[in-house]
Amino acid sequence: MNEKKIEAPLLEVKHLKKMFPVKSGILSREKSSIKAVDDVSFSLMPRETLGVVGESGCGKSTMGRSVLRLIEPTSGEIIYKGKDFMKTSGSELRKMRSDMQIIFQDPYASLNPRMTVGEIIAEPLNIQKKYSSKDEVREHVLKIMSVVGLNQKYYNRYPHEFSGGQRQRIGIARSIVLEPSLIVCDEPVSALDVSIQSQVLNLLTDLQDSMGMAYIFISHNLSVIKHISDRVMVMYLGHVVEMADKKELFDNPSHPYTQALLYSIPLPERHSKRKRILLQGDLPSPANPPSGCVFHTRCFMAKDICKTEKPELKDIGNGHMCACHFCEKCGANSLKEKM
Amino acid sequence: MSKKIFGFFNKQKQFEKDVLENNMQYSSFYGDSFKQLKKNKIAMFCAGIIIILILIAIFAPLIAPYDPTYQDYSAVLAEPSMAHPFGTDEYGRDILSRIIYGSRVSISIGIVAQVVASLVGVTLGSIAGYYGGKIDSVISRIMEIFQAFPDLIFAMAIMTFMGKGVVNLFIALGLLTWVRTARMIRGSVMQLKEKEYIEASRASGATTYWIIMKGLIPNCLSTIIVLVTLGIPNAIMYEASLSFLGIGIVPPTPSWGNMISAAQTFINYRPLYSIMPGVAIMITVIAFNIFGDGLRDALDPKLKN
Repeated sequence: MNEKKIEAPLLEVKHLKKMFPVKSGILSREKSSIKAVDDVSFSLMPRETLGVVGESGCGKSTMGRSVLRLIEPTSGEIIYKGKDFMKTSGSELRKMRSDMQIIFQDPYASLNPRMTVGEIIAEPLNIQKKYSSKDEVREHVLKIMSVVGLNQKYYNRYPHEFSGGQRQRIGIARSIVLEPSLIVCDEPVSALDVSIQSQVLNLLTDLQDSMGMAYIFISHNLSVIKHISDRVMVMYLGHVVEMADKKELFDNPSHPYTQALLYSIPLPERHSKRKRILLQGDLPSPANPPSGCVFHTRCFMAKDICKTEKPELKDIGNGHMCACHFCEKCGANSLKEKM
Repeated sequence: MSKKIFGFFNKQKQFEKDVLENNMQYSSFYGDSFKQLKKNKIAMFCAGIIIILILIAIFAPLIAPYDPTYQDYSAVLAEPSMAHPFGTDEYGRDILSRIIYGSRVSISIGIVAQVVASLVGVTLGSIAGYYGGKIDSVISRIMEIFQAFPDLIFAMAIMTFMGKGVVNLFIALGLLTWVRTARMIRGSVMQLKEKEYIEASRASGATTYWIIMKGLIPNCLSTIIVLVTLGIPNAIMYEASLSFLGIGIVPPTPSWGNMISAAQTFINYRPLYSIMPGVAIMITVIAFNIFGDGLRDALDPKLKN
């Protein structure tokens, strides 16, 4: 790849919002809406892996699907390879979709039980009408199967005959068969055994090395995110609270929520002396988010300003973005002193 | 473009060609299902009965010993004999011949009514289920109107309105049963369209037509098959009921229903006259039911060994 291509971002997402209307009562009048994704902006370089982390219900998956317009975003801009993806429709949209794919969390629900492995992997090729003859499709599918480490004799088997790890390989094969530039991985390993997780993760990194696609890697597992990401985005209640390079984020977490998350990673030592930050309470309802900073209800640093004023996502140096009124003060260094 | 894949591919361990060729015979979904079905002896036996019934219906003029409308007044309500195995009716017509000809009416009504009902039901049901919203509301309200009437009374009303006859009976039974198919398909489609493999097809740029035809219908297939095979005997029963009530098939044309209706007067005197058409209905209904069950099992890949 030449220099110029690396300079231009593959994907730019600006102010992406997704709201689900909540209907209530017999009259089904729209009363309120759940802000699943609220004003998310980021950009993604080619060959980059952006890890997206957050607890359940924070809008990670909705964000990933909105980027692909599998869920139609309420508002926002998605610029993919210089084209406004939000404004495309019809056959143009279908054509662009061949360049952006998704890997799902549940390897049991994501494969059509009526199709053989070969048919599943060939489906994107057939949808996009890449080849005119069946033999060419088959040849391509067999190649992809060996790339993802599936024995080619499974071509005519049905998905229910496979284990979770192998099914996830089939899902990966389906997503790479069109050679996309972007793959949204929606918790691709969280449904798998730990031993299989590493195999699948290594397969994903190998494929990235050889084919050069970018990943948006959604997970709630920080160790997985640490292993695979180049950059990490932390989400809370539909908002991006912090975004930085992986090393910077793990070394110097600046948002109180990120700190709490990082301190929740269990350590393998038995008598670890590390203190933990315990968050109080539950995730507030996204239908009725707290005023000001969405995290102030559970934040150990919260002051009066947090209840009234919403903190902007601002650069605190070296592209480290953080949305907190006190992120300079509560950087990891100051935290260490406190503990 | 493909170079980047093949570069990686070359690094991978190559699979032995012979293993490949030995293990990769072509097999299709329906081919596999048929193999599975063949293992089910009872279902295959019932399939044989159905084929025989269909052949009897097609070749009725060759098999039947008499013309079903020929009236022999020298043998009115004759006892079963070599000449008339099941006896004759009150006009001296041979009952066996009438049963053989009656299979034409019953089986064609069962199949045609179900095909019509399935085409309409699957189309409307999958559209309602897939699109949801206002389209779904309109189709669902129509279905509710159809379902608001008791089945038999509804069929009687249509038949009285349109007049007796075979074609009108097709229409009446089709109108009666499409709602059930449409409701089932709507439900399955609503459930299936949320599945991730449907989302995966959409992510690859599939059109709505593709999603319905490749993703949704194949997964509803066992539902459709069960509905059709259970619907055929149902339609046969309705035909019999309507003919029994005198508003289905008009008498000189023999149908199992109107034969039972005519025979009830003589049930003590000539029991075979009413029993034999009933047995014909029973055999047909049971054969279709068991065959439908076998087909459903064969089409479900999860039950495959």
